[in-house]
Formats: sequence, C-alpha cells, structure tokens
Amino acid sequence: MTRIGVITFPGSLDDRDAQRAIRLAGAEPVALWHGDHDLKDVDALVLPGGFSYGDYLRCGAIASLSPIMSEVVDAADRGMPILGICNGFQMLVEAHVLPGGLVRNDHGAFVCRDQRLRVENNATAWTNGFDKNAEITIPLKNGEGGYLADAETLAVLEGEGRVVFRYLDVNPNGSLNDIAGITNQRGNVVGLMPHPEHATEEGFGPDTDAAMRNGTDGLTFFASALRALTLA
Amino acid sequence: MPVIVVEVMPKAELLDPAGKAVAGAVARLGSTPFTGVRIGKRFELTVDGEADAAALSAARELAESLLSNSVIEDVVSVKVAAE
Repeated sequence: MTRIGVITFPGSLDDRDAQRAIRLAGAEPVALWHGDHDLKDVDALVLPGGFSYGDYLRCGAIASLSPIMSEVVDAADRGMPILGICNGFQMLVEAHVLPGGLVRNDHGAFVCRDQRLRVENNATAWTNGFDKNAEITIPLKNGEGGYLADAETLAVLEGEGRVVFRYLDVNPNGSLNDIAGITNQRGNVVGLMPHPEHATEEGFGPDTDAAMRNGTDGLTFFASALRALTLA
Repeated sequence: MPVIVVEVMPKAELLDPAGKAVAGAVARLGSTPFTGVRIGKRFELTVDGEADAAALSAARELAESLLSNSVIEDVVSVKVAAE
C-alpha cells in the first residue's frame, strides 16, 4: 500500500486530519516527527497546517530549519510528491522549496470560511484528478495567508502555469493575483493556504448544494498523489 | 557581554496591517502629531567575546538568512549596542 508521511512539528494542528484524509483516499498514513532525520521510506509527504513554534519570528520560519527538513528538501529535489497545507506551505516557502512569502492578511483579521477555488494546473502530483479549471470548495482558515512575490517571480509563476489554485468570489487575504497555491517547476511540490484535508468525508466538509457539510473536493488531492505514484 | 542589535522592518511598499491597527488606536487617542505607524522587529544578539568585525559580519549574515525574509522584509540596521 502507498505510504504517505505526515510530519508533526511543535504546534501542528491538522496532522491527524491529514492522516485521516490519506486513509480515506486509500493510502497508509505514516506519522513522522520534525526532530528525526527519517522519512521512514514513505512515497509522498504532507506538511500539515497549524501554528508551529507559535508563529514566532515568521510563520513557518523556525520549523523550516527542523532536522527533518533537510530530508524534505532532498525528497523535493528527487521528485517526491510533497503537499504543504497552510503552515506547511509557509514552511516550504521559508525553506525556499517554493518561491515567495506569506504575510498577515491585508484586512488584519483571521479568516475562517469555505473558500471557492479554481484549479488552474491539473498536471501536478496533487491535482491530476481534477478537470482543468475545475471549481472546488474547501475550508480556509488563516491569519497570515497573503501571498507575495516580487514582479519577476510572479511573472515566472504565471508564465509557467505554476499558479495551481486561484481564489474565486473574494480574495480573502490580499494575495497577489488571487493566488491560493503554487507548485515548483517539476510539479511534485504543491503549497496552498486552504485546507483540502478538511473536505474529505461527507458530513464533515463544506456545505454543498446537495446537503450541509457534504463537500469532499479535498479528497481528490490525495487521490491525485496516489495516481501520480502509480503512474511514476 | 556585548550585544549586537538587528532591526528588521516590513518592506516599505507592503501593507503593515498590524501597524495600521495601532495607527487606528493612536488616532482615537485624539490629537497627536503622528500620521502613521509601522511595526518592525528588534533582535538582540549576545556575543561570546568581542563584538568585532567578524561578529558583526556573522550578525549581518544571520539577519539576511534567518532573522528576515527578503521577499517581505528589509534588514534596516545591524550595530553594536551601547554598553
């Protein structure tokens, strides 16, 4: 069975939700620890959301120097599927695995809402199960989710189709170009602020037209990684 | 032991929502001569030994690599604190 690791850092919150999402997608979740230099032979990795080190210094900055992050950076270079969610996205940015930076929401408030997104790149390891330009809804919950990059970086991301997710309806945090998530050049590493792991089981996801809390758009992220690994 | 002080500010062109929130409170105090507030960070690095050129250079390197993120912040000052 495909093994997908979930790294727990001091202050991770959504590690168990991510493990549950992986199990629901049909893979085996493997708990990994920030202080180890051991990926336990997993096939893919999730860096979950939370508030590692209480967001001290900058969100994700201290965790990006955790012992296990040297293995994460090597795995990213080797092409392993890696998903950074929220604080995990911030860590990947601070570790320079993905470009740019994330700053406090422009309106100054914490946001928690079911967020519509457009999947603009369905060729990545974590989005290959979506139709191109699919519109999905998953929860968003952050205080520092404003995506920034310099003009040159932004032009490269846009030009190479590396903006994977864009906010629809409202820009909830002041992100440039409504960017919700990006990928690396190879498409194996994806980072986004919204939370796919919270939309993987009927009864516990966002509301849909059909029923309350029935949204499972997040499940496709994890199913995509399984598919990417099968095809690899 | 000597101390090197590093100061980091959000880039001038970026919104500083925390600073704006404080500016709102300043305005509510009534008449002050202040029209804006920006919030940055001050780090105090305690040096083992002399705060010499090598220590200052190491502080500058740390300021650029860990203490700030050049995408969103600028290091505005690295200097030895007055005793």
